[in-house]
Amino acid sequence: METHQLTAAKITHDLMPQPFGMKGKIWTAALIIICAIGAYAYYRQLRYGLTVTNMGDYVSWGIYISNFVFFVAISLVGSLITAIFRLTNVKWSTPLTRIAEIIAVSAIVFASLIIIVDMGRPERLVNIFSHGRLQSPIMWDVVVISTYLVISLLLLYIPMLPDYKFMIESKGKGPKWMSKGYKFFGSFWKGTGEQTRISKKAVLILSILIIPVAFCIHTVTSWLFATTYRPGWDSTNFGAYFVSGAFLVGAGAVVVAMYVFRNAYKLQSYITVKHFDRMGKVVVMLALLYLYFNVNEYLVPAFKMKKHEEAHLSNLFAGEFAPMFWFAILIGMIIPILVLVFPKGRKPLPMFIAGCMVVIGAWFKRYLIVTPTLLHPFLPMHDAPEKFKHYFPSWEEWAIAMGSLAGALLIITLFARIFPVIPIHETIEENHETAEK
Amino acid sequence: MVTGLLASVAAAGCSDKDPFTPDTDQQVVASGQKVKLLSVDGEVIEVDKAFLKPVPELPQVSNTEARRGIPGKKFVMVIDLSRCKNLKKCQEACNHAHFVPDAQNWIKIHPMQDAEHEAPYWQPTTCMHCDEPPCVKVCPVDATFKRQDGIVLIDSDRCIGCRFCMAGCPYSTRVFNWEKPDLPEEISTKHYSCETSIPQKKGTVGKCDFCPDMVRKGELPHCVSACPNGVFFFGDMYEDSVSNGPETFRFSDLIRDKAGYRLLEDLGTKPSVYYLPPVNRNFKFEDGLKIEEERKNEKVK
Repeated sequence: METHQLTAAKITHDLMPQPFGMKGKIWTAALIIICAIGAYAYYRQLRYGLTVTNMGDYVSWGIYISNFVFFVAISLVGSLITAIFRLTNVKWSTPLTRIAEIIAVSAIVFASLIIIVDMGRPERLVNIFSHGRLQSPIMWDVVVISTYLVISLLLLYIPMLPDYKFMIESKGKGPKWMSKGYKFFGSFWKGTGEQTRISKKAVLILSILIIPVAFCIHTVTSWLFATTYRPGWDSTNFGAYFVSGAFLVGAGAVVVAMYVFRNAYKLQSYITVKHFDRMGKVVVMLALLYLYFNVNEYLVPAFKMKKHEEAHLSNLFAGEFAPMFWFAILIGMIIPILVLVFPKGRKPLPMFIAGCMVVIGAWFKRYLIVTPTLLHPFLPMHDAPEKFKHYFPSWEEWAIAMGSLAGALLIITLFARIFPVIPIHETIEENHETAEK
Repeated sequence: MVTGLLASVAAAGCSDKDPFTPDTDQQVVASGQKVKLLSVDGEVIEVDKAFLKPVPELPQVSNTEARRGIPGKKFVMVIDLSRCKNLKKCQEACNHAHFVPDAQNWIKIHPMQDAEHEAPYWQPTTCMHCDEPPCVKVCPVDATFKRQDGIVLIDSDRCIGCRFCMAGCPYSTRVFNWEKPDLPEEISTKHYSCETSIPQKKGTVGKCDFCPDMVRKGELPHCVSACPNGVFFFGDMYEDSVSNGPETFRFSDLIRDKAGYRLLEDLGTKPSVYYLPPVNRNFKFEDGLKIEEERKNEKVK
């Protein structure tokens, strides 16, 4: 490893959160502005009702729901990198664990928020608890998503405990509330043998726990669709199809975040070319897996072309949604596979571009899963207002959806300002181990 | 002494008005027109018409009662496709009675053609009031529910507006109040009742309710009585009879003799609405097209 010659002091210095430069400030301000526009659009929606959206009695779920699926999908990466890699003894993933976990936490928070945005009566949210019916897949989602949020927060917090020591020691550099916060959350950590033992055990248990919960959150999310009768949703393939797609988009997001943090915080000796190379292989593997489930999802019904499936599938393959459909398949899977399968493609910059493609392709893929199906009901769309027979999101829907994406990015950005994005203590420890060898 | 005390308390509790003397301010003058009535003893008595008072509107049933349904009943509907010519009187009556907003019709009439060379026909669709209702299965808060009399209703005071039921319904029967419904004030200020489905509320789901308020009064749903061609039959499956007003049939005979069927039977939703196939039609399909054309022109004017 290139970290051989690094001293503990240098590592601490390099990895400590730093105040934003000009670029960072502009970035944060831009995110806050997008969030504010989204908040204004939501104010309008609260005031006038969901009529400010372009949803209708046929397309009764639109961009909010596809955005929700996107958030749930991307949050799965926390379990992949922190838990699956940890349990399978993948050592190189250490510098990526915290990045993956904060992506997971911020995405799952905004998944919950966007689902409240979609509700016609958000003030009746309490009915979920006072009149909840456990038979409804929505209740299953509420249960597993809140469980996932708690476990993810713990998996973010517990491995960070040894790092608080460094943060508290560096007081005086940051504003007062920051060092106060560090002390509040981390001053009890003394790094004794007993504490380390408990924390290691806790992380191990949580890592095992989070894997089934992660599979549950996205499987249940897919069941919100697959438990209905509609062509395009009525599929036994849906759980696996959603979970594989989720790991792909999450890995893509981690690649993007790796590149950005590496350049913004000058972390070249911690997030190395080797990390990109390995993550590239992971992305290729996941993209192939997702492509496999896509083939299953579309080829088998297309072979039979049942009456109700036909309208839906021909619309995707060659109709109104064809450009977006092929864009999502090419940009989200095929081109990234072709780029990343070669060692040259796994260098940081092409990896960054491929990661962006995966994430953008995945966002449109979720849109394609939700909307076209609703435009092909079993009975004809005849005796209803004309405006309900088409769907394109209104500016309020775009503003709220983009606002939620900006909000998730804002959480990640602020997190990186307050906490070290790469675990300091673990890096020092590993550096020590490799040096001894 | 105790009884005396109780009596005085009782007297103090009541108003001093004697309940047995008629209201002086509502002096009734005999009109001379007599009406024959059957007394509780089975005697025919004659009463002056002026003494007949209109019965005030029946009070709404409680939410618990509305959720339970009418005991010992199982309501069904039969729609005779050979009689429909897309006149939409059913829809008009339904929209009028339920203040259905912005043409988001609860009853829809679709032009249908099952296969390329088959004859097209008009098909009215209501809520199917399924015995295995997919909407009820997915509702997270029990806002839409199935009653013991087979009717599926919505509690708009509980609905959170997640619209999972709309995605779940394969008949696309449900509509959503995307904005505040435009209702007359005396309606919008009413307490919501699951049985009348009014007033509809912003951010909640609405649909055909089989008019349980009418059924409770012993009357037919609005669409049934509004149709001049007698397309809709409504009744109780346990009584085995369905009626469109003028005609009444034995439900089981009708379904057997005319080969009744249900929509999307293969999905296993078990609808309570049966269809009679469009054979020996009373009207040509084209008549319905003409009516639709005229209606469009009228709207433009």
